[in-house]
Amino acid sequence: MKTDIILSGVGGQGILSIAAVIGEAAVHRNLYMKQAEVHGMSQRGGDVQSNLRISDQPIHSDLIAKGKADLILSLEPMEALRYLPYLSKEGWIVTNSTPFNNIPNYPEASDLQKALDSVPNKVILDIDSIAKDLGSTRVSNIVMLGAATPFIGIGYAEIENGIRRIFGKKGEDIVNMNLKALAAGKAVADSHMKL
Amino acid sequence: MDKLLLLGDEAIAQAALDAGLSGVYAYPGTPSTEITEYIQNSQKNKADTIHCRWSSNEKTAMEAALGMSFAGKRAMVCMKHVGVNVCADAFINSAVTGIVGGLVFVAADDPSMHSSQNEQDSRFYGNFAMIPILEPSNQQEAYDMVYGAFELSERCGVPVMLRITTRLAHSRSGVSRREVKPQNALHYSSDPKQFVLLPAIARINYNKLLAAQKEYLNYSEESIFNKYTDGSDKSRAIIASGIGYNYLMENYPQGCPFPVLKVGQYPLPEKTLRKMATECKELVIVEEGYPMIEDQLKGLLGMGLTVRGKKDGFLPRVGELNPDIVGRAFGFDLPETPELPEVVKNRPPSLCVGCGHRDMYEALNVAVAEKGEDSKVFGDIGCYTLGYLPPYKAINSCVDMGASITMAKGAADAGLKYGVAVIGDSTFTHSGMTSLLDAINEDAPITVIISDNETTGMTGGQDSAGTGKIEAICLGLGVDPEHLKVLVPLKKNHDEMVETIRREMDYRGLSVIIPRRECIQTATRKAKSKKN
Repeated sequence: MKTDIILSGVGGQGILSIAAVIGEAAVHRNLYMKQAEVHGMSQRGGDVQSNLRISDQPIHSDLIAKGKADLILSLEPMEALRYLPYLSKEGWIVTNSTPFNNIPNYPEASDLQKALDSVPNKVILDIDSIAKDLGSTRVSNIVMLGAATPFIGIGYAEIENGIRRIFGKKGEDIVNMNLKALAAGKAVADSHMKL
Repeated sequence: MDKLLLLGDEAIAQAALDAGLSGVYAYPGTPSTEITEYIQNSQKNKADTIHCRWSSNEKTAMEAALGMSFAGKRAMVCMKHVGVNVCADAFINSAVTGIVGGLVFVAADDPSMHSSQNEQDSRFYGNFAMIPILEPSNQQEAYDMVYGAFELSERCGVPVMLRITTRLAHSRSGVSRREVKPQNALHYSSDPKQFVLLPAIARINYNKLLAAQKEYLNYSEESIFNKYTDGSDKSRAIIASGIGYNYLMENYPQGCPFPVLKVGQYPLPEKTLRKMATECKELVIVEEGYPMIEDQLKGLLGMGLTVRGKKDGFLPRVGELNPDIVGRAFGFDLPETPELPEVVKNRPPSLCVGCGHRDMYEALNVAVAEKGEDSKVFGDIGCYTLGYLPPYKAINSCVDMGASITMAKGAADAGLKYGVAVIGDSTFTHSGMTSLLDAINEDAPITVIISDNETTGMTGGQDSAGTGKIEAICLGLGVDPEHLKVLVPLKKNHDEMVETIRREMDYRGLSVIIPRRECIQTATRKAKSKKN
């Protein structure tokens, strides 16, 4: 198996926490994994991304080549589109719908939607409202992860275990909240795929 | 045992800890910062056995590490590529003195200048100093190389350079650890004159270094990090170093038909290269950084072997490599991919909302605008460099650490009437103090703004060497107390700030203004951890 994932968003949105859970699950399954990220300058409200590669064979490049990404997992809609040239023909985009408007020339919502409409395989969801309904906006990242689970290539139960291992130190309540968030996100993806 | 998921930087740090490290010396700099942070985190709940506090700059870091090595213990120095420029004097001469305790010098380069002023290649410095260089391709190799590098350094009697680039430093993968070694005991060189570089002694040392080159070459030729894989297609031979090797193999998942030499240790292994040059029609070099191996093999006149690489357009001369670039160069058809949608706009980094630098720039811009063409603002390196971008567009230069003050002084020497320098607190203690001293000694009519957020901000909020000492340093250097002003950069103080800056710009001698407010990021983090 191999899954090449591009995670994207705006500096500070927390894409790296998502990558950490997937990475943890992958390593526990003895899969090969490489996860490249940006530090420094890009984090000051600029766009950020991480290349996350999982495989049952040794992985060479830390970076994903154009047209080879199986999944773009994004916390921001414009940032999802930024990596379109990397998406494979059969690849999926799973993105948050809420724009992060911190530049003077941020595009109109309708133009963003039009561009997203042209992508055949996608799941768009409002992670912040879903998280709010669950009772904690802090888990919106994990809602996003839940929505992406059908496309990662690692079993749902293994990702749940990854969450238990990573958040375990913070106590049972936090673990459970994150598991709920994961399930809520997955439910959105499942209902979309049934269409 | 589960492998550890480590960044390239973290693998280096863990390896050093496992190899009996006694001290790490460094100044924050992307992409090297995480090495020291990892070691600091590992020491949090232990007795203070490993030195790991930040140094004022890379030169003091290098010298302190050399001092630890002088005393027989294993030390590591870490910096970004331009940091090597700062410690070059100590670095080059550490190869002439030689070492006692193993000394590993980590240079983290930034091809494509993701967070830097240039993309210089630190391997040149290793060559220049005539010491062995190690260049890993992946995280496990980074661990293995550093684990063995202290012993290699002690065997060679000189520091060993480990050169990495951003995409390995900041990429995470599974790493297996090895057995933990004890630290060295305190002990000294059996040669009491080794470290005294008076000409008569330095000449002996220098000749010793030259004679040792053969030994270093032997180590390279036997090194497990220089891996030759034969290939049936002898129309070309490929030499790939560091992560360049990864991009090559990404394009040949079934194996490469050409002979490939993976270079991980320098000096270059001549025997293998000679064999490849004899057997194959052309040599193709895939290296991350300058065309260094390419130049070495081609020679100035290029009248021998056919060597392809960055200078003949086989690969682009500028910027980092990636699997697409290497694939295209080797003639692979890349898949058809959708265009970048027009709707996607640039999202450049900006100063955080609530940052004190913003209030400083707003006030500075008013005062500077009043002077028109008679005023120029010289910037420096840090978060406040972002003051170049809209909405502030406040600075006219940013060259190297500390240059703001000295360039302002030089421009004033040339006749610029209202020169202003903007520098951060960490940059000031890094290399601004001697600049300020020059300006004080000649009473240069410049206004120095030390925008103090009490941290090293851009790299993630590390401790700043001069926190709590900035006024004392300025007064100690000789700043006139009448022209040393401290302000609190807040919106409500805007008018006061404008007035102060205006007055000090009008003053025909040296002024220092210190707008001070803790970095919003570190302040928030401290508040959060207090709560928890």
